Amino acid sequence: MAPHTPQRSARPGGAVARLDPVLRVSGLQTHFFTFGGTRVVRAVDDVSFTLHEGESLGLVGESGSGKTTTCLSIVGLLPRAARIVGGSVVFDGEDLTRKSQRELRLIRGRRIAMILQDPMASLNPLFTIFRQVAEPAFFHQHLRGRSLRERVQHLLRAVRIPSPEWRMREYPHQMSGGMRQRIVGAIALAGGPRLVIADEPTTNLDVTIQAQYLDLLKDIQRETGVALIFVTHNLGIVAKMCDRVAVMYAGKIVEQAPVRELFDAPKHPYTRALIGSVPKLGSKEPLYSIAGQPPNLADLPPGCHFHPRCPDVLPRCTTDEPRDFRLADGSVARCWLHG
Amino acid sequence: MWQFIVRRLLYSIVTLLILSATIFVIVRLTGDPVSLLAEAGARPEDLERIHRQWGLDRSWPVQYVSFLQNIVTGELGKSFNYRLPVSELYFQRLPNSLTLGLVATLISILVGVPAGIISAVKVNTWWDTIAKGVALLGLSIPGFWLGLVLILVFSVWLRWLPTSGAGDWRHVVMPSLALGWYFAASMLRLTRSSMLEVLGSEYIKLARLKGLPDVVVIAMHAFKNALIPVFTLAGVNMVVMVNAAVIIEVIFAWPGIGRLLYEGIFNRDFPLVQGVVVMAGFMIVGINLIVDILYAFIDPRIRLTR
Repeated sequence: MAPHTPQRSARPGGAVARLDPVLRVSGLQTHFFTFGGTRVVRAVDDVSFTLHEGESLGLVGESGSGKTTTCLSIVGLLPRAARIVGGSVVFDGEDLTRKSQRELRLIRGRRIAMILQDPMASLNPLFTIFRQVAEPAFFHQHLRGRSLRERVQHLLRAVRIPSPEWRMREYPHQMSGGMRQRIVGAIALAGGPRLVIADEPTTNLDVTIQAQYLDLLKDIQRETGVALIFVTHNLGIVAKMCDRVAVMYAGKIVEQAPVRELFDAPKHPYTRALIGSVPKLGSKEPLYSIAGQPPNLADLPPGCHFHPRCPDVLPRCTTDEPRDFRLADGSVARCWLHG
Repeated sequence: MWQFIVRRLLYSIVTLLILSATIFVIVRLTGDPVSLLAEAGARPEDLERIHRQWGLDRSWPVQYVSFLQNIVTGELGKSFNYRLPVSELYFQRLPNSLTLGLVATLISILVGVPAGIISAVKVNTWWDTIAKGVALLGLSIPGFWLGLVLILVFSVWLRWLPTSGAGDWRHVVMPSLALGWYFAASMLRLTRSSMLEVLGSEYIKLARLKGLPDVVVIAMHAFKNALIPVFTLAGVNMVVMVNAAVIIEVIFAWPGIGRLLYEGIFNRDFPLVQGVVVMAGFMIVGINLIVDILYAFIDPRIRLTR
């Protein structure tokens, strides 16, 4: 990697921005320590990726593959039992893993925002929409009075809430799920972030509302040049939303590729299996499902963690752990088939 | 709002009717009050006369109706023992009981709620362990034992506080501590569990993701949500402490309602026991109504759904 001077760029997708990633996660390891530290669960194990301005990365995988833990490691809000034990998270040139909670608090909500899964549960039922959207601007930008009110209305308008000056006085229970998730979007935008992490933001929405919401996110990204991490297990959404995809399995990224390459020519057998298990319209074939169960993270199989379920398993897969192999089309696969 | 209050009041009347009928039957199951009064070898005619005088010769339904009439007039009947209207006795003792109950409630809130919050925020640290220990002691050490220990230490050994009776503030200290002790522990436990539940919620996660200061997350976002069950318990506890602090009042010779009730039960003074219980019922209903109205101020969802 060529040395580069840290430099901020205002133009989304510009040449300078390409050189200077917003986020560079390298070798991140986050472990859960339970039963007094006697049991170690490697929820995130050696995860690396970079993200540039205006770019969106899809983080795909089964439940428990470490997607959410990766995101929470970035923002520094891990559960008590979890700890980052290795690697770095460099955001805007600063390593977040070395920062105190106090310093992280000044970054969260301002420069990094996160959209949570469940819009019905992620707004405080006792506070008005105004108050909840206003908080980041109140605490980070120190806006007060009229400028604060105007800021909130502007944000609500940006996420297409009709008549914001009226709706901002309402409470969350007076709004639909789609509306609430847009409010959560407005909260994410409130600090003017460089990075937004969306953790399955549409899983709990109606399908019709899902599409609307994804379009909205895409538009906002185009306007603001924000970098986006999109966590999902829905490959259709990945195809629609993301520039690049990282597929996670048992705490590791097993394949990372530009979105077209991933769908056209998946390199890792797990990725192939994932894509194969999406139902196709008009297909008479029985739906493909991956044999076996996801592994127990506290007791992983030796070698490649996917080998007990892998249709293309080689002898060395059972003993040696594969490293990342870079391929000609820009993909990276962690699989001996490419070694 | 008014519709809500009226409906709540109608429910309350039903509750109080059931309560009055229950206590009416229960006191009559304790036995004949006249037999306690009469010496051995009293003439049956005399017993008959006292029965008639106290209205105990009438059938239960008739007696019950006259009990209800007495509630409506506010007199609550005449005490067998004191020969005075129960309401007079009750309101004589009420200020003392209110003082004791309110101070004890205050102690239970001031100790239980902050300790519960700290214990929830610092869950599984030594703060939490200490708080859980205090809660366990609070719930398992009986008030009468604590009261006796307090008397021994502060009155007998240190001679700082009077052993019993009512007078100035020094008389209130020990009984309210002994009374509030148990309730502080129950408030602590409830605050802790309620806070833990709220702190694990998604909206608290989002509040932290906004980069809000911890104080704002805990004191405003979390505590306001954790408040409702704590409020309810505090209200009910207060009524119990005002009306039924029987043991503590007896130990400290505190002239309150609890002791009045104790004497009433001892003497089979039906009107007195009935009156005190019904008044406690009124107070519970009133406090619950106030707590419910306060809910509506805290929680906008309650405001709309009634």
